[in-house]
Amino acid sequence: MRVLITRGSSATARRLAELLEGRSGVEAVLTVREDEPEALAQIIRGAQVDTVVEMRPRADAVAGCESAGVRKLVLKSSAHYYGFERDAPAFLTEATIRRRPPAGALERSVLAAESAAERLAVRNPGCRVAILRFADEIGTGEGSHQVLLRLPFVPCILGFDPRWQLIHAHDVAGALAHAVLRDLPGVYNVAADGVLSLSEVASLLGKPMLPVLPPLGTGLAVGQLARLGIPAPVELVGQLRFGRGLDNRRLKASGYLYRYTSRETVIKLAEEHRLRVLLEPPRQPPGS
Amino acid sequence: MPGADLRRQSQDDLRDHLPGLEPEREVTDWGRSERAARALDRALLEFLYSRWFRVQVAGVENVPATGGALLVSDGTGSLVYDAAMIARAVTREHPRGRAVHLATDRHFSGVPGLGMLMAKLGAVSAHPENLHRLLWDEGELVLLFAAEASAFRDAAARAQAPVIAVEVRRGPPILPMAGRLPPRWFAPPAPTTITFAAPVEPGRLPAGS
Repeated sequence: MRVLITRGSSATARRLAELLEGRSGVEAVLTVREDEPEALAQIIRGAQVDTVVEMRPRADAVAGCESAGVRKLVLKSSAHYYGFERDAPAFLTEATIRRRPPAGALERSVLAAESAAERLAVRNPGCRVAILRFADEIGTGEGSHQVLLRLPFVPCILGFDPRWQLIHAHDVAGALAHAVLRDLPGVYNVAADGVLSLSEVASLLGKPMLPVLPPLGTGLAVGQLARLGIPAPVELVGQLRFGRGLDNRRLKASGYLYRYTSRETVIKLAEEHRLRVLLEPPRQPPGS
Repeated sequence: MPGADLRRQSQDDLRDHLPGLEPEREVTDWGRSERAARALDRALLEFLYSRWFRVQVAGVENVPATGGALLVSDGTGSLVYDAAMIARAVTREHPRGRAVHLATDRHFSGVPGLGMLMAKLGAVSAHPENLHRLLWDEGELVLLFAAEASAFRDAAARAQAPVIAVEVRRGPPILPMAGRLPPRWFAPPAPTTITFAAPVEPGRLPAGS
């Protein structure tokens, strides 16, 4: 197996490369920063890559894999595929077909990338396509929610205590490695055991919840979040209002063992926050 | 099958892979808060059960000790109180003291405050997938008010869960009270009997029910 991982500069790509290097059956691992689908396809052909881990929800990059004759594609997709709805089932399964149009740019890219991956699979029976839908990550630096959780308080919407399922950086790379090394065609939710309530998250982080977001109108909430310094996609507001739970059992049934639960993930985050406070140099008073 | 529709995947039995219990947690994955439930019980439900309604229970042994079952109440009278009293009856009187999940109208969850509170008390939106997971995957008890017979029949059949009819009968009010208050939100103190019928296997539900 000759593997190419996109978004080569990300922590996840590097972690994944480490997990794959030296495994039996893995001849070569390339992490690539190249963004351009054409150039990427050339690299794939030139380096005789047969397995691609596409770390971005990019429909054009997925299509590029087809032209380069890749034999296995692992698409790092997102639970944002499901969107946020008031009346969603409490544990979304992979069989759920999204009917509503995308709410924002992120959902749009995710839906487009997954469609491209499905089309690729249908047109190329020789190519195995695995789509992994990741819950919100902790410890990888990805996602506006990670900025939100660094605030000294947890912003919330008055009257809502939404459910939140997470995944630890260790398991993000672990699940991707699992999909690369096994034969897992199909769609898989990737999320830690445990769906926490936002109040639980706040309590584990030792932070107060502050209802700073208005219950009416996502536009207002997005503005508020922006004022707090959070690039606030509509998707984050959806999480703070409706929350979401995922049924994570398919991946477990395929043999993946999660290292951390959602609760343990937040506890690790709290530890990290405490360390960061200790390690930050004391701020100089102005004028000195 | 390579190239086939990625979504059409086999329905393996995934019950072995349910998340394990994390005993340090006070809140369940559904959002039910042990603390909130206990607080409400002490503050109000204990009083309602023992003094206001003086609940008598018959047939609670019909509720299975393990596995999923659908409790269906006829839903006449004060739904809010009936639900709370039925759930408490099972938890208190049944030898196994099993928890009951109330399946609610699907619009509640969106209401600020109320939706959140109901979730903390163990209410779950009556989405068919939620019912299936509770009955089949988790083997839990679900209480449903029989507003729509077809909905509950499908849920029980799909989950192969027995259906237990629950009858709530109120005697004459202990104190004469104005009968004009909306029954949904107020029920005068009256001796109440909750009867659990014998379980009916879903295959044997009569066509008209």
